[in-house]
Amino acid sequence: MNLPMTLIGALTAIVVMALVTYLTRAGGVLVMSRVPIGPKVERFINAMAGSVLVAVITPMAVHGDGAARLALLATLGVMLILRKPLPAIAAGIVSAALWRFWVSL
Amino acid sequence: MSARLDLPGTLSGIKRMAPLSLFVIVFGLAFGVAALQRGLSGLETLLMSALVFAGASQFAALELWGPQIPLIALIATTFAINARHLLMGAALYPWLRHLPTRQRYASLTVLSDANWAMAAADHQRGETNVGMLVGGGLAIWLAWMIGTLMGVVFGSGITDPERYGLDVIMGCFLLAMLVGGKRDLSMLLPWSVAALSALAAMAWLPENSHVIVGALAGGVAGLLVPGKPQKREASA
Repeated sequence: MNLPMTLIGALTAIVVMALVTYLTRAGGVLVMSRVPIGPKVERFINAMAGSVLVAVITPMAVHGDGAARLALLATLGVMLILRKPLPAIAAGIVSAALWRFWVSL
Repeated sequence: MSARLDLPGTLSGIKRMAPLSLFVIVFGLAFGVAALQRGLSGLETLLMSALVFAGASQFAALELWGPQIPLIALIATTFAINARHLLMGAALYPWLRHLPTRQRYASLTVLSDANWAMAAADHQRGETNVGMLVGGGLAIWLAWMIGTLMGVVFGSGITDPERYGLDVIMGCFLLAMLVGGKRDLSMLLPWSVAALSALAAMAWLPENSHVIVGALAGGVAGLLVPGKPQKREASA
């Protein structure tokens, strides 16, 4: 099924996207409010929470270029030492920028 | 453990998200420029940023934009890229269930990666104020809109954010949030499983499935870790 790229078609597409996206935002809470939370469910949720981030970050590190890898490494290093997010993120960005300028020279 | 939502907490959330929001403006600008190039009008571009408010899926939608917009593919792509929200919301449920239903579902309209990560860390520290989720989300939404507007108005600008390392900001931010949480060695197994599953899914499963697969696999692996008798909090 296709929508024509008229104003109405485009607006429909945007509203449909918005509805689908809100469904994902609210859906997890909606489902959980119908699941009794026992110790098992709680352990699942706790492990899953960090795993979401791991699953987002790992492919960036593995499939990313040298700059992305260096940035993540710098962030991890500074974070482990200082335990402050802002210097850690700054270290990551600066590393990536320096790497790209260095490589493109 | 309880939860509340109030103005001071929300304002503090906005303030804490301000530094990252500056970078979100740049991404919004890039989206605005890209959307105009794909033939969206300025109004449509702004409306999409305002209502959808999910960068990765918006960029993906541009790939589908054309004389005919394939509706099923649009729905499938949007759902696949944003399905991680389902798990993020579920992870915050033990916290959000203490809010009145209306506030709970209104707060979720601004759920996105960065404010979720900071809110999950707040929750883990025993914070009862969910202002980080709402305030942080509002800050990102506003920055996303300002950026999109700038992209629509100026039509050019930073079109290669890669050069300045801007594309890695979100990765660095999320990594800092992950490592900054409570140190808990029992998470090493689930996180390793999550990492490997995500990579496997990326290699062999349909596009955009890797976050869901990795997160669910990590959650299941968490069931194998012997639970401590006392209550444990989320580790994000």
